[in-house]
Amino acid sequence: MPPAAAPTRCLVLWFPDWPVTAWRLAEDAPPADAVAVVEANEVVACSTAAYGEGVHPGQRRREAQARCPELRVVPADRLRDERQFAPLVDRVEQVAPGVQVVRPGLAALRVRGPARYYGGERQAATALLDGLDDLGGGGRAGVADGIFTAEQAARDADPILVVPGGGSADFLAPLPVSRLGDAELAGLLPRLGIKRLGDFASMDARQVRDRFGDRGVRLHDLAGGRDSRPVTARTPPPELARQIEFEPALTLADQVAFSVRATAEDFVAGLAAANLVCTELRVHLLAEEGEHCERVWLHPACFDAAAVVDRVRWQLQAAAGTVIGSGLVRVRLEPVAVDAISHHAAGLFGAGADEKVHHVLSRVQAMLGHEGVVTPTIGGGRWLAERQVLVPWGDRAVLPRPAGRPWPGSLPDPLPATVFADRRRVEVTDANGARVGVDDRLLLTGTPAVLAIGAARLRLAGWAGPWPVAEHGWDPARATAGCRFQVADDTGGAWLLVLDADGWWAEGRYD
Amino acid sequence: MSVRAAELPSRDALQQLVRAKAGTAKVHHLVPVHPALAPLLPDGGLRPGAAYSVTGGALLLTLLAEPSAAGSWCGVVGVPELGAEAARSAGVALDRIALVPQPGERWLSVVAALAEVLPVVAVRPAGRVRDADAARLAARLRERSCVLLVCGDWPRVEARLAVDEARWEGLGEGHGYLSGRDVVVSVATRSTATPRHVRLVLPDATGRLSAKAPGTGPVELRAVG
Repeated sequence: MPPAAAPTRCLVLWFPDWPVTAWRLAEDAPPADAVAVVEANEVVACSTAAYGEGVHPGQRRREAQARCPELRVVPADRLRDERQFAPLVDRVEQVAPGVQVVRPGLAALRVRGPARYYGGERQAATALLDGLDDLGGGGRAGVADGIFTAEQAARDADPILVVPGGGSADFLAPLPVSRLGDAELAGLLPRLGIKRLGDFASMDARQVRDRFGDRGVRLHDLAGGRDSRPVTARTPPPELARQIEFEPALTLADQVAFSVRATAEDFVAGLAAANLVCTELRVHLLAEEGEHCERVWLHPACFDAAAVVDRVRWQLQAAAGTVIGSGLVRVRLEPVAVDAISHHAAGLFGAGADEKVHHVLSRVQAMLGHEGVVTPTIGGGRWLAERQVLVPWGDRAVLPRPAGRPWPGSLPDPLPATVFADRRRVEVTDANGARVGVDDRLLLTGTPAVLAIGAARLRLAGWAGPWPVAEHGWDPARATAGCRFQVADDTGGAWLLVLDADGWWAEGRYD
Repeated sequence: MSVRAAELPSRDALQQLVRAKAGTAKVHHLVPVHPALAPLLPDGGLRPGAAYSVTGGALLLTLLAEPSAAGSWCGVVGVPELGAEAARSAGVALDRIALVPQPGERWLSVVAALAEVLPVVAVRPAGRVRDADAARLAARLRERSCVLLVCGDWPRVEARLAVDEARWEGLGEGHGYLSGRDVVVSVATRSTATPRHVRLVLPDATGRLSAKAPGTGPVELRAVG
């Protein structure tokens, strides 16, 4: 084993309970709520309010909810943590270069340069924290020899703690062994009578190796303030997002589409320079009066400049008049998902059949709008129209109701070949012309004899029903109730009818 | 200079030559149809480049099912109320069907665009189609080997497939459930003077087309004794 290098002087920025902060930043939630981020039924992080109620990391979810009934439980999302931490890292890099992201919520950098520039380690830490003030997070800074010691200093900081050079061992000595972050040692050492890092550090290194192996030796070094890990500064990633500002604000979608073309080309070229293509794109529109509209667009293959411009236009057309009421001042294009460009290169002998299909369907989509070309998917539900979900070409199918459930009350085969998206108004009468209805006991008030659709009057040759369907009886906003009937007319047609509080409707036609 | 009559190819031979030249590539790539419908069509399938007129949603779905099951993409233009679940039951692969429910005024250009790559395109014309437009589209269809299925009027169709004499089974007076429809499908082609008929069940109890003999109607219950 090579001799351990002397620990470098480090500054660590620590953001307590970062998963909670990240969720709050992503959801724009108020900071006062009791929130717990939970992974595998165990609390990973929780907010100050939740701490106050007795919730703490490592607790089981049910126990946390018992302690604090109003606790808001949020599933852990590593990507969200990373995404929300990125702007902070960017800001830190503006103040001092060479940042290592240890994990989301914990960043380290070599302090020598900033300390010299800002006139002292404390001043450098103050400058960094001041720079992050407006991004939220409530960061703390610790300065010490080595990342581990600096992290421990940041945990005890309020909000800055500087451990003088060479004082690591003295600083760490009174801390509990659980600070090593190793569950096995944290459980075992106190039972051996070793409760503080100082006790552990004073053990003989050979004995530690014999008992705990290499990992034990490493932790033993950490406890003694001999953290040999250097700070590995990250290379700032290339800026792939692009934006364009309009001055004065643009009011016509065509103007925007025309102006955004160059930006879109730049966006695609920037990705291509990094050997990437964009498969998922976030378009952010900002209008003059502060309204904004954001949407993620998918592409079955990858976005080229024209496809990006189309998405901007569609989003603008959908948002105009509803979400956005004034002129547009900014369009921002961000890649959400990228793929290696080599996966999307055209084949040597031309593109495959599906590629051609995609090109043509995209062209029709550009002609008619995003919803112009759809593929059907079957979802769950009881009514025919809500079971068939039309997914715009290129989008991911999102089923509002899961398809795999039994859905009692849904119809078996054969099903109507014609399903009216908006039910048609019809009328069913008995032989005397009186309207047929059902009473509270689902008994018919007459025998259906005539079906009137618009001006046409069809004599019924057979009928079956009523089959009651009642949904969401507990929620007045979503509640639907009705009785289904199948009727066959004497011209050879058959209909699926619904009788609800508003009268008779045709849901579908068997043709 | 005189031309001897014996050296001129006869008219029949010329026609054969033309047919062989025009037809060789196409005949092999017929779009398949259900075996029960094949005898009714002049080529035993849907000929690429031709337009067919179809009435009835179930018949349209049946015609889409065979090419779709064979892995071809299908397009449906201007039919917003197409029942997707019935299509799935009929055998249409929903992940290889593209719907353009509301093409509006531009339905003809949408059909022309889809015909470039999709082997089967179904359309319900939004209005009367002019002969010139139909001829231009027909040229595109021939060039791209696309079958056009039209729900409605069309100037020159290869064949008209229609459902005659439909009768639903399974429904009584206040009881039962639709179990199948006995139909007579008629096919009138340009080459045959009289339409050909076949008796089928469309759809049957599983939502597909079947050629088996229709079952009996609902059992009538009578009070006995």
